Amino acid sequence: MRAGPKVATEVVVAATSRMWMRAYCGICLLCGCFPVLAGVLPEDRADVMYHAYDGGGVEISGPSLLVLKKIGQDVAVTGNYYVDSVSSASIDVVTSGASKYSEDRTEVSAGIEYLHGNSIMSMSYTNSDENDYQANTAGFGISMDMFGNMTTVSLGYLRSWDTVENNTDPTFSEDVDRQNYQLGLTQVITPDMLMEVNFETITDEGYLNNPYRSVRYLDSASADGYSFEPEVYPRTRTSNALALRSRYYLPYRAAISGEYRFFDDSWGVRAHNFEFGYTHPLESGWILEANYRYYTQTSADFYSDLFPRANAQNFMSRDKELSDFSSHSVGFTLAYDLIANGWHFIDRASINLAYEHIWYDYDNFRDLRDTASVPGTEPLYSFNADVAQLYLSLWF
Amino acid sequence: MLAKFLLAVVVAMLASACSSVEPWVRPYERAHLADPIMSFTRDPVASAYMTHVYQAREGARGAEGGHGGGCGCN
Repeated sequence: MRAGPKVATEVVVAATSRMWMRAYCGICLLCGCFPVLAGVLPEDRADVMYHAYDGGGVEISGPSLLVLKKIGQDVAVTGNYYVDSVSSASIDVVTSGASKYSEDRTEVSAGIEYLHGNSIMSMSYTNSDENDYQANTAGFGISMDMFGNMTTVSLGYLRSWDTVENNTDPTFSEDVDRQNYQLGLTQVITPDMLMEVNFETITDEGYLNNPYRSVRYLDSASADGYSFEPEVYPRTRTSNALALRSRYYLPYRAAISGEYRFFDDSWGVRAHNFEFGYTHPLESGWILEANYRYYTQTSADFYSDLFPRANAQNFMSRDKELSDFSSHSVGFTLAYDLIANGWHFIDRASINLAYEHIWYDYDNFRDLRDTASVPGTEPLYSFNADVAQLYLSLWF
Repeated sequence: MLAKFLLAVVVAMLASACSSVEPWVRPYERAHLADPIMSFTRDPVASAYMTHVYQAREGARGAEGGHGGGCGCN
C-alpha cells in the first residue's frame, strides 16, 4: 500500500491505461485469444509467454499462459492467466515530483466453445484485479460458416462490471458498466486472398475518469503560473470502430497483410490506423515476419493541456491518451519450429521472439519537465517504447 | 446508423443463405488459404498482447478482429 499524497500523483501514470485494460479484458477471449474458425474447433494448444514493455519511464513485464483443449469433438475449453507487473516513473509521475511506484495487475479468463454443424457458440468470463480496480466481463459469441464455407459471420456480446477505488480514500468506490456489440465477417475472395471486416460498438456508463488524475489551468497566484484540479469526465461514452483486414498469399509461399481501422466516439475522439505486414517462411523451419503500423487520433472535445482558469468547463481532461497524437511502429517476429514431426504427446512446437519499436508524438500534450518556459509554450511531449515477447507454442 | 446498416447486411446474408450460393473458390482450390501463414491470428497470445499494448495508450478501441474462419479448408 502506498501512502500519503504521493499516491495520488503516482497512480496518475498508470491510470491513463486503465479504462482500456478493462475493455481489453473482456474482448480478449472472444476476439483475440481464441480465434474462432467456424465449422471446426481450433487445435489443442498451449502458449507460454514472457512479455516486456519499456517506454516513457514505464516498465511493464510478466507472464501469460494460454491453453485450449478439446473435450470430444464438439467442445473446447480455454483458459488464460496474465500478469502485468508495472514499475512507473512516467512523465506524469516525474512532473508531479512523486517517486517511481510499482503495482501488479492479474487477469484470469476462462471460456468454452461448442461446435454444432457449421456454427460455434462460445461463452467467456474474465476477471482483472488490481489494488484499486476490479473488472469482471462475461461474453457470448456465435460464429457461422455459410455460402459453401466461403463466408464466416461472427456475432459477439460482452458485458463488463468494473469497480473503481482510490488508494487515498478507502470510502471511495464507483462502478462502470460496459457493453460490447461485435460483428465480424470473413470472406474468401480468391484462392490466394482472404478479407475480414469487423465492426464494434462499445457503450460505457459510470465513473469513467480517473480518481487520481488532474487537469492543469492558468493560475497567476502560483509560482509556476499554473495549478492543478481534478479531472471531470462525462458518465457515458459510446464508440464505434470499423476495421478492414486482408491477407494475400504470394506465389513463392509468403503472405502480405494489410489493415485499416476507423474509430470515433461520443467524446469527439476520431482515430485511424493502418498496418502492413509480410510473412516469410524458410525451408529450415524459420518464419520471419515484419510489420509497420501507423496510428493517429484527434483529441476529445473536453481535452486541454492548459485550461484558461479553474473550473473552466463542466468536463475537463488532460489525459494524453485523449489528446491529439500519432504513433509509428516497426516490428519483427522470428519463429522457429522446434518440433515439426511430433514428440511423445506433442504434435509440434515453436519458439517465437517478437520485438516492436513505437514512436509516440503528441501534438497538444506538453512536457512539464521544462519549467523555464511560459505555461503553454513548453515543448511537446514525445517518447519511444520497446515491446518484446518471447513465447513457446505447443500443439498437442 | 452504421450499426443498423451492418445488421441489415447480415440479416440479408442470413436470409439469402437459404438459397444455394455457388462457391467461386472450390474446396480443392483452398490449399494456400489453409496455410498457417494466412491466418489472421496465427499466434493468439501475441495478438492479444499487442492489442492490449495499443489499447492501453490509444483513445481508440474495438474491432480488433481475430474471429478467423472463412477459408473452409477443413
